[in-house]
Amino acid sequence: MSGYFSSSVGRKFFMALTGLFLVFFLLVHLIANLTLFFGADSFNATAEFMGTNPVIQVMQPLLALGFIAHIITGIILELKNNSSRPIKYTKNNVGANSTWMSRNMIITGLMIFAFLALHIINYFIPIKTTHVENHYELVVGLFKNPIYAGIYVLAFIFLGLHLMHGFQSSLTTTGIRQEKYQKCIKTLGTIYSLVVALGFISIAVWFHFA
Amino acid sequence: MNLTLKIWRQKSPKDKGQIVEYKVNDISEHMSFLEMLDVLNEDLVAKGEEPVAFDHDCREGICGMCSLHINGEAHGPDRLITTCQLHMRTFKDGDTIFIEPFRSKAFPIIKDLVVDRSALDRIQQAGGFISVNTSGNTQDANAIPIAKAAADESMDAATCIGCGACVASCKNASAMLFMSAKVSQYALLPQGRVEAADRVTNMIKQMDKEGFGNCTNTGACEVECPKGISLNNIARLNREYLKASI
Ligand code: HEM
Ligand code: SF4
Ligand code: FES
Repeated sequence: MSGYFSSSVGRKFFMALTGLFLVFFLLVHLIANLTLFFGADSFNATAEFMGTNPVIQVMQPLLALGFIAHIITGIILELKNNSSRPIKYTKNNVGANSTWMSRNMIITGLMIFAFLALHIINYFIPIKTTHVENHYELVVGLFKNPIYAGIYVLAFIFLGLHLMHGFQSSLTTTGIRQEKYQKCIKTLGTIYSLVVALGFISIAVWFHFA
Repeated sequence: MNLTLKIWRQKSPKDKGQIVEYKVNDISEHMSFLEMLDVLNEDLVAKGEEPVAFDHDCREGICGMCSLHINGEAHGPDRLITTCQLHMRTFKDGDTIFIEPFRSKAFPIIKDLVVDRSALDRIQQAGGFISVNTSGNTQDANAIPIAKAAADESMDAATCIGCGACVASCKNASAMLFMSAKVSQYALLPQGRVEAADRVTNMIKQMDKEGFGNCTNTGACEVECPKGISLNNIARLNREYLKASI
């Protein structure tokens, strides 16, 4: 098994597993955030649950590890792939054979990472280090700031683009892909990416203007 | 038609190399791309210049020798063809055409447009075969029943001609489509199952040693492959390798 994970194919499998774990996490996170629409009481209850539920407490460090592993493996992958063609083409018509999303996973990924850092500074650290009475107020207050809301929307556009390729790519990497499922996988990937990106964006836009 | 060609010229593996511009005139639309280059080389020889070195052999789409990255795509803009099957009717009078070698760390340039693709042969030699002698006591071909669907898929994978267009098109210069075709053609048949685990393990080890990049499923290979080898094979390769490792 150690030979497996040090091979190119094994490393990609690890990338896909961490990616799929993050895909699952995003769905949970989105559902939690959507309770904002039901008002302060329900969101504060959700925040309370997230802060105290033992399963969530166990998952939090795992999630951090998952993120770090995904990012480090992604950067190693990118460096290796870049060095595999030391002299580039003078003319390369990449648009003819692949999507922008599939070619720029490192860019969309690093944008998500930049947002993640901001999110941790603005929300995660305050709620862990100080006693926040009203999570709803904290979150809605952040969305009122046009710069924060703008960055938030942009970040989730990048996330949507990352997932548009990442979702279906991970099912090829893990070997789940088969001819008969492929159409379904692609549709599911598009729906998932749109729901997640537009879900988070709609929250930011709504509370910015509300 | 009259064309401007921008061709990569490089005297030797060590030479730095550069794009050089040439003009060719009175090219017939019925010519193949290689015939057009023959015309250019005749011109160059007549002028006492060094002709452009490029690979070719069968000139009918079966050997996989002709390479060339033409106007930014392996084997040019047309689909499901090799460069020898690309016709000049795909271009217009007055066009400028970029002609570059297949680029990858694993494909060192020998001269001009000729690259060394023996890395693919070494992957094949690492496991892309079945260890039985066929001479003497050959078994009847129909003695082992094989489902039609599996036989068809295996044959589809076996049409890979090892041209390296997948590597040349891939942003990561990954050889995974080639690998996956070679692994799939055996993995789908009972005769190939016996050595399946060793085959995939050894071939992947060799692929990584050759310096190819890692697959990120962009699908550029599948679009540019002259034989239409599908990404489904890459998923199968990933399954085979996982199975072999646990
Ligand atoms: C919540 C956030 C994220 C999710 C849900 C996510 C999801 C995914 C998925 C599903 C894949 C496909 C894996 C595969 O096919 O093997 C992937 C690939 C990748 N991700 Fe992420 N990712 C996230 C964040 C990041 C971040 C922060 C980076 C920063 C470097 C990043 C960089 C990459 C790279 C470089 C790839 C490989 C490209 C490829 O395989 O096509 N990702 N991601
Ligand atoms: S998979 Fe297609 S592009 Fe790659 S070597 Fe085989 S025939 Fe050529
Ligand atoms: S010369 Fe044989 S495939 Fe083109």
